[in-house]
Order: sequence, then C-alpha cells, then structure tokens
Amino acid sequence: MLLREVEYAKPGSVAQALELLASNDGARALAGGQTLINVMKARAASPDMLVDLNGLEELGGIELAGDGTLTIGAMTTYTELVQSAEAKARPILGEVCATIADVQVRNRGTIGGNVCSNDPTNHLPPLMVAVGARMTIAGANGEREVPAEQFFLGVYLTAVGQGELLTRISIPAGKKDGFAAVTLGAEGTCICNAAASVNGAVRIALGCVDAVPVLVTADSAGGVADAVRAANLMPPSDVHASSEYRTHLAAVLATRAAEEAAAR
Amino acid sequence: MDVTVTVNGTAYERDVEPRKLLIHFLRDDLDLTGSHIGCDTGNCGACSVIVDGVLVKSCMLLAVQADGASVETVEGLSEDGELTRLQQAFNEHHALQCGYCTPGMLMSATALLREQPSPSDDEIKKALQGNICRCTGYWNIFEAVKSVAK
Repeated sequence: MLLREVEYAKPGSVAQALELLASNDGARALAGGQTLINVMKARAASPDMLVDLNGLEELGGIELAGDGTLTIGAMTTYTELVQSAEAKARPILGEVCATIADVQVRNRGTIGGNVCSNDPTNHLPPLMVAVGARMTIAGANGEREVPAEQFFLGVYLTAVGQGELLTRISIPAGKKDGFAAVTLGAEGTCICNAAASVNGAVRIALGCVDAVPVLVTADSAGGVADAVRAANLMPPSDVHASSEYRTHLAAVLATRAAEEAAAR
Repeated sequence: MDVTVTVNGTAYERDVEPRKLLIHFLRDDLDLTGSHIGCDTGNCGACSVIVDGVLVKSCMLLAVQADGASVETVEGLSEDGELTRLQQAFNEHHALQCGYCTPGMLMSATALLREQPSPSDDEIKKALQGNICRCTGYWNIFEAVKSVAK
C-alpha cells in the first residue's frame, strides 16, 4: 500500500524530537511502527511528518535500581523486555511481552508505542495500571511524571500531548502479578484481558471493556469476580463478543489473573 | 531522500520518497522480488527480511529507516546457486505448496536457527507464528525446520 505523502525527520536527540513535534501540528512520533504504519496504510491516521525515535539512546535501556524499581526506556522493544536480565525483577513484564503478536512484531514494537497508542485491546495499558507504573513525559517545559491510572485518557488518547514524548516508564518492585486474556488465535488480539497485582489487596486492571483500563480492587482473589460485577461494566459489542459475553469474560479473566498473582 | 542500503552484501544508493515501505523499495526499486507482499497489514509475514540481524516485516518499516542498514532477503540465502541446508530441507519435506509464504518462512527459520541452532518443537512453532501459510502446509514446514535443527 502506498502511504499518503509524509515528511520524515530523524532527530539526533530527545530535545530535537520535542522541537520537531512542537513546531509541526501534523507531526507524530514514530516508535516501532507496528501500529502506526498500518493505520497510515488504512488512512486512519495521516500525519504530515514522522519523527523517527529509533536510534535515540536516551529512550532506550532497562535499569534496575537497588530498591528493585525498574526504569524502562520508552523505545525498549518487547524482545528486549523478554530477554533482559534486569526486567526479570518484575517477571510479568517479559511473560506478557512474549505473548504479543509474533517474533517480527516483538522485534520492532516498543513498550512506549504500545501504551501511547492506547488501543483498548493492547496488552500493556492494563498491565501498567495493575503494577502501578509511573510514566515520565517530556515536553518544552521539562519532565513530568504521571501515574498509569491517570495516563490513559481515551481510545488512542493518553496524557502525552502534542509536542510531548513519553520518555520512560518506572515500575516498582514486585513479583505477585498475573495476566489472563482471551484472544483471537493463540496469541492474537485480545477480546478481553485482565492484569492483576497482589500487594495486600488485589489490584485488577481490565482491558477491552472500556476506552481505558478499568481498575478494580478486592480484598482477596476470591472476591475479585464480585468486585468486577459491582463495577457495572458496559463493554462494547463487536463481531468477536457481545457486551454480555465480554462482561462475563472480565470476571473470569480477572479471577484467573488474581489467582495466578496470589499463587506466586 | 538519499539512502544507502546494503542488501545481500551489495550497497545500493537510491533517492526514495519517505512514504515508501521497505518491501516496495526491495521489490520495485531494486527488483528483488523474492520477498512477497501478502496481506500488506503486518499479519502474514511473507515480506519478512532480516535488517541488521533482526527479523522484521518489511511492510511495517519505511525504506528511509533502513538507511545505513544491512538487509538480508531470501535471494541472499544461497551462495553461488547452492541451496542452504534449510532450503534443501524445504524441498525434501514438501514444505511448500504454492510457495507464496516460503520466502518469509525461510527468513524466519533462518533467524531462529542463527539464534538457537537447537530449538525445541515449541520454539520452532513460536518462531514461525508470524508467518501465515494459506495452503495450511504448516506441518511440513515445521518438519523441514526441525530436520535442520541440531
């Protein structure tokens, strides 16, 4: 497919990238391109300029601090997360990334691209909410940190505004996490998914049931299904699942994810 | 934009539009038509190539992004007309029917075997997950790759 005409810029630093994004209303950041290039083919997005973030070392790297906090550069690929020794400090990250699409997509797709595209069927938005990630956003006036619960604003919409970039994601220490999904094909697009994290109480973030991940908490894994039902979800219907079926799946998957998390 | 891309060991310098996908650059500009366009939506893997050692789908990468990179396509697998062991195994195991997915399958399996010369059955299946065969000849493809695994 021939894309609509587009300008291409390859900045040498985050500062340059921010300048390009701020001075061109039609500019969009290009991360791994595993979503953006395809939506450009379909003309669902037609940016005037692509600001290619590939090769910016400032946006890469996975660091593990003494207290177990992981700091992950936004341009870290799924494959890097799967293979990283540091990322094993929070094992669920690599485990979930290993189930996203296929080898080729995992080699290019990035954690930053996954959360910034905020497709409601993506794996990582609910996971980031469940584990209590914090997102660092850079702009003309410096950096700000936004908790994952406040990062996702709507379908394809996040707290990252025009002229800004997600630069890194910080994830606290923890091992008691779980993830469950019903997908199209073995590791395809999610019909419904749930990420769970147990730290005293159970935190569940549900994907595919609303424009943004829905956070539900319960005292124990056994109380999760009731907590999900009490959330009065109104998920969309589509060819893969009716609203009623998705609501049912949400309670089932939340319980599975919570049980997995609690058993660790 | 001027780009210099090394494909199968040969350096090519071309002026390309930023909107051109790598697969179109390979097929239309360089006449390397071994890599196929199947779905054009990133699902089928027929356009899989190896860029700087990394297996990618060339319909989801712009040609300008490959500037300075070294690209390997199916044309580069055999040297002097001699099939690789993997290609020979595809022949022996009837691992192709219509052949449309074959270039992508070969590149994915090549990438796997470089990284993991002794893959388990599950690792072979997972490595080929991004490549669709609409003849559904998966079993023979799996057996061909397995026969080359050490």
